[in-house]
Amino acid sequence: MQTFDLEAEGLRKLNAQLHAQSADTNQTVWDIINPKGSHAIAVGLDAPIEVNVRGSTGYYCAGMNKQATVHIHGSAGPGTAENMMSGKVIVEGDASQYAGATGHGGTLIIKGNASSRCGISMKGIDIIVHGNIGHMSAFMAQSGNIVVLGDAGDALGDSCYEARFFVRGSVKSLGADCIEKEMRPEHIAMLEELLKRGECDAKPEEFKRYGSARKLYNFDVDNAGAY
Amino acid sequence: MCGIVGLFLKNPSLEAQLGALLTDMLITMTDRGPDSAGIAIYGDEHDGRAKLTVQSDTPDVDFATLADTLGSAIGASVDISVKDTHAVLSVPGNQLAVLREELSENYPTIRIMSRGECLEIYKEVGLPKDVAARFELSAMTGSHGIGHTRMATESAVTTMGAHPFNTGLDQCLVHNGSLSNHNSLRRKLRREGIHIETENDTEVGAAYLTWRMQHGATLGEALQSSLDDLDGFFTFVVGTKDGFGVVRDPIACKPAVMAETEDYVAFGSEYRALVNLPGIETARVWEPEPATVYFWSHNSAPTSIEKAA
Repeated sequence: MQTFDLEAEGLRKLNAQLHAQSADTNQTVWDIINPKGSHAIAVGLDAPIEVNVRGSTGYYCAGMNKQATVHIHGSAGPGTAENMMSGKVIVEGDASQYAGATGHGGTLIIKGNASSRCGISMKGIDIIVHGNIGHMSAFMAQSGNIVVLGDAGDALGDSCYEARFFVRGSVKSLGADCIEKEMRPEHIAMLEELLKRGECDAKPEEFKRYGSARKLYNFDVDNAGAY
Repeated sequence: MCGIVGLFLKNPSLEAQLGALLTDMLITMTDRGPDSAGIAIYGDEHDGRAKLTVQSDTPDVDFATLADTLGSAIGASVDISVKDTHAVLSVPGNQLAVLREELSENYPTIRIMSRGECLEIYKEVGLPKDVAARFELSAMTGSHGIGHTRMATESAVTTMGAHPFNTGLDQCLVHNGSLSNHNSLRRKLRREGIHIETENDTEVGAAYLTWRMQHGATLGEALQSSLDDLDGFFTFVVGTKDGFGVVRDPIACKPAVMAETEDYVAFGSEYRALVNLPGIETARVWEPEPATVYFWSHNSAPTSIEKAA
């Protein structure tokens, strides 16, 4: 295991070392100590490595992630796991604004709460939140899933496209063109897999599904397979 | 951007370290706004006396005889303690209004930073570390304080445009964001007799809270009504003589993190600002909710006279 003291050695050196890892690297496990809320920790990774951040992070941790698993053992600042392509990001604490924004793929697991704009403009990422999510979450969400074991704030899924939102608790309000939808067997199966992936202690039957009413954009049922 | 910090001590044994802790928090936030920096600290009070913190660009000239000339003008003793471009005048508590009038009429190069029984505000153009060194902020003691490092958007980069703003006795405010209805609100508040010095948006936010508290609102109530009456983006941290409050606008795009232990309540624009506080590892750390008022008071039974929350 590689241990990197961020306070002593600095951010550029850390990210350069992580970027230097290739698919067949032997340095597969990294421990980052003394993160102390620093910005842009472990961004732009593109190798099947595991990075453990031992503390809380600031803006943009694990942004643009591909393949890597980034595990934050603390809380995360704004823009965590933005634009993720693949891999996994786990936050043991809370995540600030716009966690998982614009993500194309991979899984973001937040063990605490996520604040406002979680999954804004998501494009295929799966976001699993053990606690609550804040207002304007999944605004213009295009594809992928959000699972919330707690409650959702105001204007969930405003102007969303084909993303799905599974919420166990209450939804303060739904955004424009977002409606509750029936939970069919395929959704139960899909949610069961998501809950397992997110290490959640919950049953799919406890959730409600929300998604687009498809009134705001030019949806053609013949193109449904493209989503 | 802008960086804001606040620290409200519950444990009096930390009071000797207030300046050092708050200064460290503020310097950490430097890259959120390097234009100007300021700090407000609630320190000692003395029976019957009040503090008037003033600033001059030519302190050697202006402060040399200031205490004597002001003392003669009001017929009472005025003491002065000079710190770089600022000076804290210790004056009779009932003479504050007279002195403000006297300063504005006869001392055009002197500006008032703050007035109150225990509040002192130090602010200047420059980096937090430089401003802190000039005023020896690390050595200051007190029960609570707030700080700001500025990236100017709505008004000029000047001493008077720096935060914190003081618009009523022992009241101060720092702001991250920008208000959009400050011009109309400023006109309204001036008609109501509220003294507003600058064309800065944040000062209007501070003056608004002062106006509400003058009409009997507690700090908490004033913050609550600001959510209806102020347009724009804001995370505010405010101080009163014995209280400390936080509110964010309903959109809440300006960041905020809070931490609480048995010893203190701390606020930072980012978690980075809090990492050196004692016991932060086990503190309750959370992000304040949008459109939700938070406040703490040293006074367990506040009265409307004290106007604390």
